[in-house]
Amino acid sequence: MAAPCNLSGSCIPSLFKKYLMALTGFVMVGFVLVHMMGNLQMFRGPDAINQYAHFLKTLPGALLWGMRGFLIVAIGVHVWMAILLTKENRAARPQGYLKQAVVRATWASRTMGLSGSLLLFFIVFHVLHFTTRVIFPEYQMEDYYTILEGDVVFNVYQMVVDSFSKPWVTGFYLFAMGALCLHLSHAVWSMFQTLGWTNKRTRPMLKGLARVYGWVIFIGFVVVPLGVISRILPPMMGDEEVIILSIEAEPFDSESL
Amino acid sequence: MKLFLKIWRQPNAAAVGAFEDYVLDNISPDASFLEMLDQLNEQLITQGKEGVAFDHDCREGICGMCSLTINGIAHGPRRATTTCQLHMRHFRDGETVTIEPFRARPFPVLRDLVVDRSAFDKIIQSGGFISVRTGSAPEANQTLVAKPDADRAMDAAECIGCGACVAACKNASAMLFVSAKIVHLNTLPQGAPEKNRRLLNMVKTMDEAGFGNCSNYGECEAVCPKGIPLDFIGQLNREWAVAKMKDIVSGVE
Amino acid sequence: MRLDAQIPSGPLADKWDNHRFSVKLVNPANRRKYHVIVVGSGLAGGAAAATLAEQGYNVSCFCYQDSPRRAHSIAAQGGVNAAKNYPNDGDSIRRLFYDTIKGGDFRAREANVYRLAQVSVNIIDQCVAQGVPFAREYSGYLDNRSFGGAQVSRTFYARGQTGQQLLLGAYSSLSRQIGLGTVKMYNRHEMLDVVIVDGHAKGIITRHLVTGAIEAWSADAVILATGGYGNVFYLSTNAQGCNVTAAYRSFKRGAGFANPCYTQIHPTCIPQHGEDQSKLTLMSESLRNDGRVWVPKKIEDCPLDPKMVPEEARDYFLERKYPSFGNLAPRDISSRAAKEACDSGRSIAPGGQGVYLDFADAIQRLGQKAIAERYGNLFEMYECITGENAYERPMKIYPAVHYTMGGLWVDYNLMSNVPGLFVLGEANFSDHGANRLGASALMQGLADGYFVLPATLPNYLAEVGANRPSLEVAPFKAAIEAVKERTARFLSIGGKRSARSFHVELGKIMWEKCGMARSKQSLEEALQEIPALREAFWKELCVPGTGESLNMELERAGRVADFLEFGELLCRDALAREESCGGHFRVEYQTDDGEALRNDEAFAHVAVWEHKGDAALPERHQEPLVYEAVKFSTRSYK
Repeated sequence: MAAPCNLSGSCIPSLFKKYLMALTGFVMVGFVLVHMMGNLQMFRGPDAINQYAHFLKTLPGALLWGMRGFLIVAIGVHVWMAILLTKENRAARPQGYLKQAVVRATWASRTMGLSGSLLLFFIVFHVLHFTTRVIFPEYQMEDYYTILEGDVVFNVYQMVVDSFSKPWVTGFYLFAMGALCLHLSHAVWSMFQTLGWTNKRTRPMLKGLARVYGWVIFIGFVVVPLGVISRILPPMMGDEEVIILSIEAEPFDSESL
Repeated sequence: MKLFLKIWRQPNAAAVGAFEDYVLDNISPDASFLEMLDQLNEQLITQGKEGVAFDHDCREGICGMCSLTINGIAHGPRRATTTCQLHMRHFRDGETVTIEPFRARPFPVLRDLVVDRSAFDKIIQSGGFISVRTGSAPEANQTLVAKPDADRAMDAAECIGCGACVAACKNASAMLFVSAKIVHLNTLPQGAPEKNRRLLNMVKTMDEAGFGNCSNYGECEAVCPKGIPLDFIGQLNREWAVAKMKDIVSGVE
Repeated sequence: MRLDAQIPSGPLADKWDNHRFSVKLVNPANRRKYHVIVVGSGLAGGAAAATLAEQGYNVSCFCYQDSPRRAHSIAAQGGVNAAKNYPNDGDSIRRLFYDTIKGGDFRAREANVYRLAQVSVNIIDQCVAQGVPFAREYSGYLDNRSFGGAQVSRTFYARGQTGQQLLLGAYSSLSRQIGLGTVKMYNRHEMLDVVIVDGHAKGIITRHLVTGAIEAWSADAVILATGGYGNVFYLSTNAQGCNVTAAYRSFKRGAGFANPCYTQIHPTCIPQHGEDQSKLTLMSESLRNDGRVWVPKKIEDCPLDPKMVPEEARDYFLERKYPSFGNLAPRDISSRAAKEACDSGRSIAPGGQGVYLDFADAIQRLGQKAIAERYGNLFEMYECITGENAYERPMKIYPAVHYTMGGLWVDYNLMSNVPGLFVLGEANFSDHGANRLGASALMQGLADGYFVLPATLPNYLAEVGANRPSLEVAPFKAAIEAVKERTARFLSIGGKRSARSFHVELGKIMWEKCGMARSKQSLEEALQEIPALREAFWKELCVPGTGESLNMELERAGRVADFLEFGELLCRDALAREESCGGHFRVEYQTDDGEALRNDEAFAHVAVWEHKGDAALPERHQEPLVYEAVKFSTRSYK
């Protein structure tokens, strides 16, 4: 019965696939937390975030690319497993029900594929947007460089503020963060369950933790665009009027933020 | 009571099935769901038509032979209840009730609402036992079993093998069924020597049968007539990793 | 008919040992040359198939369910007896033996029952080793309880699902052998005939319930473990599929049917709710430990809310009639007392079938919490079925057919009078006499399957040698043709009535005329009515569909057809047994205060019926029961 081993993965034990799913998920769960903390540097002022970004960019190449590679592999494996598992799951019920009620499964758990696909699309967009900056080529212009402690560094702060001043970008970002929240609120406890680190007592706690984690990450990420919209994070340069407006709204003092 | 029934009819495994509508009147609220179907069949037979085929036997919720997905829920709307123990008082007069077979690739429909669940037997045959020959057993009280372990094993052993977990799972996964047998046998000291072998073989057979994967939805636990908890899947996952590791390092067989 | 019980010589306690030494064996290398058919996969069949395969025989096992795990042994709740004497309360093999003989009202064979008590000990060892999660104490030792009014605690149990757990144990052993390829399992196959070649049982005919294929199977021996015939009453606690076909077809091929009139009625079942009911559900007997059984004294109080019936207007009839045992009186006595109360017009349920089982006193004394701890799951089950809360309203209960002690006649080797045809478990008649004790059915099924048959079958096999006939020999061809013809006949009657409607009608006759209390008159009436019903069946039956597909009406028609003949045999046996004993109560034979009156001089024998052709009446033979170790005594529960 066993199918020959090939890329379709039917030779890989189902639980092994699930383990890979959980372990790579674990990597990303950790990554989003670190990423979120990094983003919050925005509120410490342009210099803080720019310095943080500069620090990351100037890490030794091997380390930087090692980490990036690790993340890319994690995402790749996660997606690959998701595709294999989904294909198998669909094949396991060739004829569906006319009527299928949901008794206990959460909306989050039933939409993991959808939220995951959305997140994959978002990640690609996000990298093209902020890392390679090909979506808005102007970010590659000289205007977006600034001087920090004598070094010419990229002005991440300005890029973020300018980006989130575009309503569709902010809208998409908020939507994607919603998907992330949803994804995490099932993923985090599901990961523990798949790895078998649950029991009768810890399962409800982990389910609670997953929800809390999802919301923490969501809030941590969305405060940045919200800050931009509400001018808590004002632009650094450009339009005089904007600066005046923002001063009127709140005194510009990055330290106090 | 009067009910409008929408029932899956399929003459045999190879045929194409379809839903048929029936109206049934004078149903006693004290009748069980299967007795309601008996009543329908009586009506059909007196008209010279073939009755609706459905699996059933003990009608007291223990043999696991009855199935049916009723209004989209395996074993119907009442929690911790098999279809045979479900009574008509839990339905409204004039309600439309949709009745479908348990759906999964490893559970092909044989006729109408009857499905073939022998994939479950195959899983048990690959490892769901303790290899003891009749006559070779030691004195029963020689091996002590701590009460919590005995109770946990019993919680798991209550599984009736009805397949509702598979039917309810969006992925048609059999993990709850397999985990119940694993927890039953692996928790007892008698089951310890073959622990890893049992686990690897049963999971392998489960995979080969074409069940889906566990996505931790929890629908299985919700419809299980015996309340087998999701925690058992956790234990299965944990012990499988250990077994697989041992298999890779030194080989299990 | 030759009825040699083959009881070994020697003292009772040594008979089994002596016998095992004296029987012929089959060399391990030769065992694979023998093919054995096992029909039924319950405790007896599953255990036998697994054990024989372990020994090296080629086994084919058949069951009508979709999996061997579904056999009706699974529904037994209470427990399994064994003479382990772990509680040190005076139990012994001899006491279990004596209790079983006495409980069976001195109508069972001494040697068989003693062997049963002996191997009971091994059963527990075997089951524990298989992983049966019996209840345990905190120390880790096995727990025991007293069951069914026994004076010692010898019952091992796994919550309220002992039968399920024991069956899953046997099923796991069987599954292991199936996986190893030593047992070929045929699910959804129903045995429709046994094939006799040169006087020996050498095969069976089955119908594949999915494809409708009618096939022949040949073997060196045929083992029937096909359960009891309680469904002849239509409503019983048996599973829907339980039937007498395999046993009855064997009877028609020459096997003797012993004591069909011994049927056990269980006192605590949920009463019938209406005409469409298909099954009665048993509530554990343990409820009688704390519940009080009553009906109103006056007929006019019966329709009232039970709370409105004052204490002095209630008749606690078991406590009144049996002051020392009260509500714990044995099954047959409690059942009959409930029937008497209802027959006097004081039934509290519509249809004249129901008495109260009231927990109000116990709840007042111990608190609802304590009662919920003891019986919570039963109260839930009751609520699930009836929609009533038994904490607030007394339960309604009524007796129902539960087990049948009669069955195919077998000798000490469990072989019927047809050589090569062995019968195990509830399907045989052997160990329970006229009444079975609680927690003894599981014991007998497993004893037969794990320990008795595997020791006695080789003797037969060694004698006849491995020479199973080809399927081309005449008896196989004739049998397969007969089955095909019968199937075609069901399909061609073209009447208007369903098989179920006949079954319901037969059940009513059986329950009213041959149920808890039987009389010459009622039995003679039944013997008139059943043939008339049978005639109507063959004229008015309607079986839609074809024989070449899954056709549940066709299956039912075959089973009902056999019940319609077998019911008559049962009544005939009840009529011939002019005494009251155990589960057989003849109103003409009772003491002045209404207790069963046995007639040991005339009826201390096994009645064995021989089929004499469809046109003739069956002939009644006797196997005398000789008691050497025990003396006759009268049960008294006053």
